[in-house]
Amino acid sequence: MSQVPEDLKYTRNHEWARAEADGTVTVGITDHAQETLGDLVFVEPPEEGTELRAEEACAVVESVKAASDVYSPIGGEVIQGNEALGDSPELVNSDPYGEGWILQIRPADPSELDNLLDAAAYQELVADEG
Amino acid sequence: MLIYEISRKGRRAFAQAPAAAPSSDSLPRRFRRQRPPQLPEVSELETVRHYTRLSQKNFGIDTNFYPLGSCTMKYNPRGANRAAMLPQFLERHPLAPEETGQGVMACIHELQGELAELTGMRAVSLSVMAGAQGEFAGVAMIRAYHDARGDTGREEILVPDAAHGTNPATATMCGYKVREIPTGADGDVDMEAFKAAVGPQTAGIMLTNPSTVGVFERRIEEIAATVHEAGGLLYYDGANLNAILGKARPGDMGFDVIHLNLHKTFSTPHGGGGPGAGAVGVNERLLPYLPVPRVAEEAGRYRWLTEADCPETIGRLCTFNGNTGILLRAYAYLRMLGREGATRVAEYSTLNANYLMTRLREAGFTVAYPQRRASHEFIVSLKGEAKELGANVMDFAKRLLDLGYHAPTTYFPTLVPEALLIEPTETESKRELDGFVEAMVRIREEAREDIDSLKGAPYRLPVRRLDDVKAARELNLRWEA
Repeated sequence: MSQVPEDLKYTRNHEWARAEADGTVTVGITDHAQETLGDLVFVEPPEEGTELRAEEACAVVESVKAASDVYSPIGGEVIQGNEALGDSPELVNSDPYGEGWILQIRPADPSELDNLLDAAAYQELVADEG
Repeated sequence: MLIYEISRKGRRAFAQAPAAAPSSDSLPRRFRRQRPPQLPEVSELETVRHYTRLSQKNFGIDTNFYPLGSCTMKYNPRGANRAAMLPQFLERHPLAPEETGQGVMACIHELQGELAELTGMRAVSLSVMAGAQGEFAGVAMIRAYHDARGDTGREEILVPDAAHGTNPATATMCGYKVREIPTGADGDVDMEAFKAAVGPQTAGIMLTNPSTVGVFERRIEEIAATVHEAGGLLYYDGANLNAILGKARPGDMGFDVIHLNLHKTFSTPHGGGGPGAGAVGVNERLLPYLPVPRVAEEAGRYRWLTEADCPETIGRLCTFNGNTGILLRAYAYLRMLGREGATRVAEYSTLNANYLMTRLREAGFTVAYPQRRASHEFIVSLKGEAKELGANVMDFAKRLLDLGYHAPTTYFPTLVPEALLIEPTETESKRELDGFVEAMVRIREEAREDIDSLKGAPYRLPVRRLDDVKAARELNLRWEA
């Protein structure tokens, strides 16, 4: 059973978002998503300063099976992409909610986070797909 | 092992050597090499053994059933090879004058006409070298059409989520944004989402019909009307034409531009066995943009149409005139089939797919769209086997190779979990299809009995399971001794 931490928000496309203490939001893909994709061989995070709308494609993750877009859970400006993924895309597999984060956003409207799924709702979504 | 690794100084293979040493006296001195070329020095027996062993490592349609979904790995008839290899074709120089090339030009002209007729298009260009380049040519023509009308605000191409990856890649290469359309539960395009996505920003839609999930897009006429009403054009990806050859025509469905893979539907060598050919066809309104060169006939004489004849053409996509040797094979294949034969291709490829799908379902495998009739291919989902037995698509695929079957397409389309896309083609017998079902059942038994052993497959091939993750992460394309 894949991990779904209680303190995060989720999208139907299997991204997670974490509101940090400094007002920024960290984004990655869920444990279920990395499990389904299999071993990642390439991650392309967005460039600093990119303006994103909610649900806009913002990064690419590629495994031996498929290449997929990552969609931004909320709108805002990209503060940084996770550069460590350039050399070590496998961090997304080994630690999807920690070192495998993909981008950090300064949200335009933090209340957009309220539109996302909570852990229980996401858990249910994954169970339905399984 | 490369042949250079068995090279020993002074060895000679007499059968391969020319009878008399060729003279280079007629070449200007400055073009002559200073040192002899570094060729391998091997005996005749060593040469024969080396290449025979290499050929035995091939896993191809000439040796094994090859149900690779979406690739149409059908038998390449020897008759087509023989016709294309007549010395009058082989020895012709591509720059030889038109007067001496009337024969080959007649064949190409006839092939252009036959393909246009089979697909319901106004004209066909054969100068495109492969499927992906055909897609590029098609969408480039859509762009040329809009640009010529000053209609430059259209920046989106619609692509269903089940499409081949080359579709969104092509749209991007042509400078368009890709808008993905979801697939409905029945395998057809989700009409509600489709209609919401169409608008004045729509340059066109790229569709494969039958689609990559192995079913016929039933509402194609409604889709065509909607896109046309919004001022967009329809692009037909010909990957799956085999299922409808001689039965239904993309032109009649409302498509404006198509590409065909001659190496799939028209049975030219494929998959390491030869170059491709990605013919493109258009209706009246895209005719000015068709790639050159094409062959035209005027009063019984054939000549190449160039930029001078077609000033609005998107241009040339290859040097010379296309993969002529491949075009000749497709031409010979079509002439051998005739009109009735072309129809039988669709009938038997669809019959084979539906027979195989039914047998696998009866054997307990899960079919992705059981309520639909298969086209020439269908999807089995091994989600249940992966969950209950721990045997995933890759395990089945590797073990199938051991048992003498090329694996079907794995993990595609991505919207079906643990997908095996299976396309038997019309050239396989019932006996082969039954053998494949037995192999699938046997692998499932092996998974129940000894999953670790299955995870170790393949056992009987020149290489064991390759580390594809390492290969993708640390790409190394240079051979070193």
